[in-house]
Amino acid sequence: MARLNLWRWGVLGLAGLYFLVPLAASVVFTVDVPGQGITFDAYSQIFSTGGFGASLLLSLELAAATIAVVLLLMVPAMVALRLGAPRLRPVVEVVCSLPLVVPPIAFVAGIGTVLKWGPEHLSRTPLFQTFVAIQNPDFPFVLVLAYVVMALPFVYRALDAGLRAVDVRTLVEAARSCGAGWAQALVRAVLPNLRGALLNASFLTLALVLGEFTVAQLLGFQPFAVWIVNVSGSQAQLSVAVSVLSLLVTWVLLLVLAGFGGRTRTTSRG
Amino acid sequence: MTVTTLEKSAATEAATVEFRGLRREFGATVALDGLDLTVRPGELLALLGPSGCGKTTALRMLAGFEQPDSGDVLVDGQDVTRVPAHRRDAGMVFQSYSLFPHLDALDNVAFGLRMRKVRTAERRARAAELLELVGLADQGRRFPHQLSGGQQQRVALARALALRPRVLLLDEPLSALDAKVRLTLREEIRRLQQELGITTLFVTHDQEEALSMADRVAVMHVGRLEQCAAPAELYGRPATAFVAEFVGTMSRIPGRLSDGTVEVLGQRLPVDGAAPPVTDVDVLVRPEAVGVRAGGDARVIATAFLGAATRVTVRLADGTEVKADLPTHEAAAFGAGAAVSVSLPERPVLVAERTR
Repeated sequence: MARLNLWRWGVLGLAGLYFLVPLAASVVFTVDVPGQGITFDAYSQIFSTGGFGASLLLSLELAAATIAVVLLLMVPAMVALRLGAPRLRPVVEVVCSLPLVVPPIAFVAGIGTVLKWGPEHLSRTPLFQTFVAIQNPDFPFVLVLAYVVMALPFVYRALDAGLRAVDVRTLVEAARSCGAGWAQALVRAVLPNLRGALLNASFLTLALVLGEFTVAQLLGFQPFAVWIVNVSGSQAQLSVAVSVLSLLVTWVLLLVLAGFGGRTRTTSRG
Repeated sequence: MTVTTLEKSAATEAATVEFRGLRREFGATVALDGLDLTVRPGELLALLGPSGCGKTTALRMLAGFEQPDSGDVLVDGQDVTRVPAHRRDAGMVFQSYSLFPHLDALDNVAFGLRMRKVRTAERRARAAELLELVGLADQGRRFPHQLSGGQQQRVALARALALRPRVLLLDEPLSALDAKVRLTLREEIRRLQQELGITTLFVTHDQEEALSMADRVAVMHVGRLEQCAAPAELYGRPATAFVAEFVGTMSRIPGRLSDGTVEVLGQRLPVDGAAPPVTDVDVLVRPEAVGVRAGGDARVIATAFLGAATRVTVRLADGTEVKADLPTHEAAAFGAGAAVSVSLPERPVLVAERTR
């Protein structure tokens, strides 16, 4: 047993080193300027640079919208799939995994082409206004659409694992024999038992949207990841400081989400 | 454990359930092939049959989870075939544990009342009352994973009764439980059902369960009703060869049929019921009706001790095996290999066309 423990600690230590050493090196690099000692200039510089708040807020809004859309799309679809057409599951799985195969560069090239139809072919139709609206730089909905597609593989897997753990059919039938309609059965009987899966799906989507660069950059919008790259530019220390900060921001957000999920669980016991 | 006045008022309006010509196919298999059946108000009717005979499909049609290809389901004379499941007024207990894992026992029972928008205080009180009815008054705050299988099914029963349904549906509710719990819960379900006087449909593949609990038993076979009768009649006067062999133990002894009587084991016995239009028949006999005497050309091949009785398996000269239940003290004389002879009582016997 002691031997096993030793092994465990050894592996944990190695894994920890692998993650923490680069992180610590980054932090040291940003705060320890040669000849000046410890200084937090790099960090204060971030906040004084314009666009920090705006880009972070935009990323958070995009993440929230993406999570809402992808869950509203996928949860009913996957429950219906499980109840009504279990044989279609492999098809849906393949379709949902496609975004993993298609590189973001190819994906964004496609989106760019479609967006050009607006000015080129549709400028005299009302649809043109839709194309303009989804590219509004204050809230580019086209990014939400792109992120929904990119999040599909992760959301599919998270929800699938959650649905496997519960007997959806029996839960729905039990709820319906207790006088619940379809929607009530879904919301009152199935969703509460998928809390973990929903939380996982949200985690993954949030992390994806906060870190996404390629699509946003190539479509010309400036959420957090794009802003980080733009602002760091040639200043080595600033760029590393921004990376450390973005890591912290993501962590804090994930912790907030986890805390939120955990709290609702305990209140439901009351 | 008392039944409240509310429960009793529900009992006075027990419902009649009718299945009319129910038919349902799943791809190539016919689950129901024209089922006609009436459940009388306040009775417990068991649907008995081997797996795949359509009994669960019939129950699920009454619950509203399954639609018939043709035929109607009537409750109190009203056609409910097109009524969605949540407006059917039928409480159901499932085979697998079906409690909502995120709710404690009390909230599980109160779930239906919450769907009906009953006020919190009222539904808590009612749920507590129901938990008391099933003997779990002190377990209300426990979650399903903290309850044993038997307790979970009791909570499921309380939940099914919470909305005072007109019909109670039990889909093999005891099959996942161990033998001892199964026996006590069986008695308890029966007691509750009689106290509440609620029309109940009980699906099972366990004939002992069906015979011991039900007012009437409906035996089903390949989507059709074979016989629907009180347990004693079903056992004593099975209408078909299938019922005879499915309910209880039956031995088949070859015999020859001629003008209304059958010659079997050197005896000539009258035929009970309609005789098939062939001469080569099998006589169907219950083990308790078979007499065994020492000496003869048959051999005892096995004995099984059942308590007060011992089941003796005898191989006749032509190779037919016959099972006989003898009082244990008599059976002591017949060890394996003993030479014996077998006789039947001078009573009308049931015959069936020979299958082999």
